[in-house]
Amino acid sequence: MSDAPQQPGSAREKWFVAGPPLAYLIVFFAIPTLLMVVASFRVAGEFGGLAPLRSESGAWNLTLTNYGRFFETSLYLELFAKSFVYALVTTVLCLALAYPVAWLIAHSPKKYRDLLLLLVILPFWSNFLIRVYAWMIILGPEWALARALNTLLGLVGIAPVTLMFSPFAVIVVLVYVHLPFMVLPLYANLEKHDPTLLDAARDLGAHAWQRFRHITWPLSLPGVFAGSALVFIPAFGIFAVPDLVGGTDGIMIGNVIKQQFLESRDWPFGSVLSIVLTVSALVLTGLAALAARPRRSAA
Amino acid sequence: MNRTVPAWLWTSALAAYLFLYLPLLVVVVFSFNDSKLNAEWVGFTTAWYSKLFRNGEMLMAARNSLLIALVASIVSTFLGTMAGFALHKYRMRVLPVLVVAPIAIPEILMGVALLMFFVMLNLSLGLVSITLSHIAFCIGYVALVVRARLSGMDESLVEAARDCGATPLEAFRYVTFPLILPGVIAGSLMAFTLSIDDFVITFFTAGAAASTLPLQIYSMVKIAVTPEVNAISTLLLLLTLLLITVAARIAPGLLRMND
Repeated sequence: MSDAPQQPGSAREKWFVAGPPLAYLIVFFAIPTLLMVVASFRVAGEFGGLAPLRSESGAWNLTLTNYGRFFETSLYLELFAKSFVYALVTTVLCLALAYPVAWLIAHSPKKYRDLLLLLVILPFWSNFLIRVYAWMIILGPEWALARALNTLLGLVGIAPVTLMFSPFAVIVVLVYVHLPFMVLPLYANLEKHDPTLLDAARDLGAHAWQRFRHITWPLSLPGVFAGSALVFIPAFGIFAVPDLVGGTDGIMIGNVIKQQFLESRDWPFGSVLSIVLTVSALVLTGLAALAARPRRSAA
Repeated sequence: MNRTVPAWLWTSALAAYLFLYLPLLVVVVFSFNDSKLNAEWVGFTTAWYSKLFRNGEMLMAARNSLLIALVASIVSTFLGTMAGFALHKYRMRVLPVLVVAPIAIPEILMGVALLMFFVMLNLSLGLVSITLSHIAFCIGYVALVVRARLSGMDESLVEAARDCGATPLEAFRYVTFPLILPGVIAGSLMAFTLSIDDFVITFFTAGAAASTLPLQIYSMVKIAVTPEVNAISTLLLLLTLLLITVAARIAPGLLRMND
């Protein structure tokens, strides 16, 4: 944030510059979001959508039953828990894959860094569906991967498995799709580390693991946290990946939200699910940020 | 810093790069495969591309995608540049939240919220609703890129221009604007790419009438894996590669994501 002094009499100029984007975002982001919050307390229409906000007698047609319905059965809570586990596993795997890459880029000669980084970003800019589709081919039953695995399983007498349309496929694709989100903030953090700290530790007799455990890792926690949030939030709410590669077992909360809006056309309940999803994603990342803090100061 | 790096570290990083690229390579290679199944290499063909160019629905979807991306990137470049400028120059309270929120929350929320909003307004879903939605999520990205560029700018240049008698508008036109132009162009290319690639928000705001390339790919993939999808994917990959190369040339800082 800049601390540029605010000149007197610039109020008109300020609204001239800030007004149009502010107005656009209020109309096409803030208002739709608020309408959704209201919709979560409204009654579903007879033929989908919403019932009138005020009934014929003039009474407000608002209710808490949509939220009640969420807690009524364990179905939705279980679905949330499952989506949470999928997103968490994805985040951990992304971290494990991304850390060596980010570390290596940060420690490679300066002239190669931009290129190596670009190579991580390029797949991220390619179309999301193409990246999902690539795995539909690779995990498909005709492909070498599935055939080799099943030959192997056949040797030890286990029935053949299908890789596609399973929770396994969902996790693989989620990791693939989100990996660059983890590499970038990690790299931005690791690049700033002072190499003399590691030299000092080495001189004092710390071996490689100790140097990592007590210097690099604690210092990199802000990057780890930023990357984890960038992976976890979108993975938690995703619907296209489970939709395409998850089969019936791999369904996540995003699929149910989609279903509420496009198939059952139950807007109030769909709104409840979307709000619970967003709030829990933000709360969870907030908690993770808090958890990361004390250790950072201990470093 | 050039110390010996343990072999396992190199290997795991190499594995990560292979993991990133092999799937895309598979898609590209099999777009030239003379077989309906994406399983074994049979022989070279460009038949899937010619089939693609005879596919009326796909051409329509491509036209829609380009049109939406063009309008959305132009409008969001204007609004996003203004927002980035305002974030840099003034102390705003609501704008920073509205700029970052669409990027920070799960995409599906914005998709369904806009769907309800448009239906409540009785606006028929189609090209217009998709474009309006794309502008809403692109503004933030442009604003962040432009603001990053502005914060790297030497403020005294503008003051010098003002001291030399330039009006605020002239100072902007002849000093600030040329300096932030690379950021503006990079931001607009980013908006274009985000728009042409967007699936989730488009999925909810498109309705039944309009289709875009990602929606078309989605509906094809839902039915079956066909090499025609490989062909359109390869073309989209090429387009993205071109755009990102241009963007990286114009604003190398774009890659850093230090915000």
